Amino acid sequence: MAAISREEVANLARLARIEMTDVELDHLATEMDVILGAVARVQEVAGAEVPPTSHPLPLTNVFRADVVTPSLTPEEALSGAPAKADQRFKVPQILGDAE
Amino acid sequence: MALNFDQALEKYEPTLGLEVHVELNTHSKMFCGCATEFGAEPNTQTCPVCLGLPGALPAVNGKAIESTILIGLALNCSIAPYSRFARKNYFYPDMPKNFQTSQYDEPICINGYLDVEIDTEEGKKTFRVEIERVHMEEDTGKSLHVGGSTGRIHGAEYSLLDYNRAGIPLVEIVTKMIPGTDKYAPQVARAYVTELRDILRSLGVSDVKMEQGSLRCDANVSLSPRGSGILGTRSETKNVNSLRSVERAIFGEIERQATRLESGERIIQETRHFLEESGLTRAGRSKEQAEDYRYFPEPDLVPVTPSAEWVEELRATLPEKPSTRRKRLQEAWAVPDKEMTSLINAELLDVVEETVNLGADPSKARSWWLGEISRLANEKDVSATSLVTASQVAEIIALISSGELTDKLARQVVEGVVNGEGTPREVIDARGLKVVSDDSALMAAIESAIAAQPDTAERVRGGNIPAAGALIGAVMKATGGQADAAKVRELLLKHLGQA
Repeated sequence: MAAISREEVANLARLARIEMTDVELDHLATEMDVILGAVARVQEVAGAEVPPTSHPLPLTNVFRADVVTPSLTPEEALSGAPAKADQRFKVPQILGDAE
Repeated sequence: MALNFDQALEKYEPTLGLEVHVELNTHSKMFCGCATEFGAEPNTQTCPVCLGLPGALPAVNGKAIESTILIGLALNCSIAPYSRFARKNYFYPDMPKNFQTSQYDEPICINGYLDVEIDTEEGKKTFRVEIERVHMEEDTGKSLHVGGSTGRIHGAEYSLLDYNRAGIPLVEIVTKMIPGTDKYAPQVARAYVTELRDILRSLGVSDVKMEQGSLRCDANVSLSPRGSGILGTRSETKNVNSLRSVERAIFGEIERQATRLESGERIIQETRHFLEESGLTRAGRSKEQAEDYRYFPEPDLVPVTPSAEWVEELRATLPEKPSTRRKRLQEAWAVPDKEMTSLINAELLDVVEETVNLGADPSKARSWWLGEISRLANEKDVSATSLVTASQVAEIIALISSGELTDKLARQVVEGVVNGEGTPREVIDARGLKVVSDDSALMAAIESAIAAQPDTAERVRGGNIPAAGALIGAVMKATGGQADAAKVRELLLKHLGQA
């Protein structure tokens, strides 16, 4: 059985807001299946006693003191924005039903 | 046919779920050193970290973790020995990173409860609200939708983003499903949010100002046909920005859902927005399609593993529970239940305590805050505490005790202070509000009153004491209410040989 189906690839593309043609989906589904198959071999090597790694360093509780440090000026903050107005980032109409 | 609340409850049983978001009052943001001041000029409190610029790395604010653990402990939660942050991925410009740093399946605090007490027809009743989790995340930026007719997102031409709020530490407190509240569901919800707010305030971890959004509540409601045991589809109402709104939103949602079910329609799982003016809710985002946020552990932040010692140290600093405090104050002040409820509902307990601490008699402090000051506040549709301060009220009460003011004059002083005429002392001086305590001045007024009503005076001389009322009234009128009525009575009766 394939590690990832064409439908799952299509759903990922939708979630990532990447428009894909049917041809691209066919192609990518096959390719991703091969990649996942290769990665899955790692799982065969790691025994049950090896927890999934999210952080390579054995560090915990790294905290910063609650101290205010200087922010960017609004000009600096907005300097890379494609559009701005009223000292705010201007974004296109937010379509659909997101919050 | 539209069902009203009582009809709805005859047929259906409500189940509640409450999600409360609380902004912590740390000086700096959750993952960077930007300030967190409310109401600052747009985009003056941002940096590469909270703007999600390439290469920026977050660092956890230790104070925020401490506050979250305190909240968990105050809510009788277990503190997880191992907890991680996760990325919640979504496309929406309120977070410039395209994800919100939150927690997924490893929250800091789990499995707590909060007992809330409400007044029922059978007397006081305690409901236990079980807490599912308390987790850390960051607040989002503020959007301004421009071009639409209503300022709403639909129909807007574009949106403007201010990221000052993005990255402010936010704690989410989620209850388990709350069954069995029946017709008291709206009150239980309100009591829960109230109690939670009081706890958060006592911990000093948040400003808990619902009107400024530092405490926000989402209310989930579902109905099941009475006795069926089948849980209905839930709706989630957002934008509930006051304690009263929590109660109204649930009341309205129960009526709406019951009406729909009754006419054979189904409940759609969706987000609804509470409308303050009408108390109704409006449909928002449909959640028919399960959301997929592709949560994964945040690789840039290491796990949080609070030691048992740290947790116990924090537990030892927990302040008196608000419910305990209320009981203590009620006993100390000897307040009847009903009046205590009024004080709490009017949110005057803190200010009355402050007034008492400034030396005022507890019963006088209560009656001024609940009486005259609340009346003026209602007239102006503002909160009582915005009109006068505890120290002003304490000063006025002290002036009454010392005989410098009568209750009647004191009301004028309060009115003057409320109208911005200055401190109580300044109002007294400016308006000339002094008790006429000079006996000779009073005697002159008493003699004029007797001269004007010789028959009445004769009856009093003859032993008809109640008749003196008319004369006392005349004296009070002549002195513009600035005399102490008891004093006038005493002098008058003495003058007429009746004392």
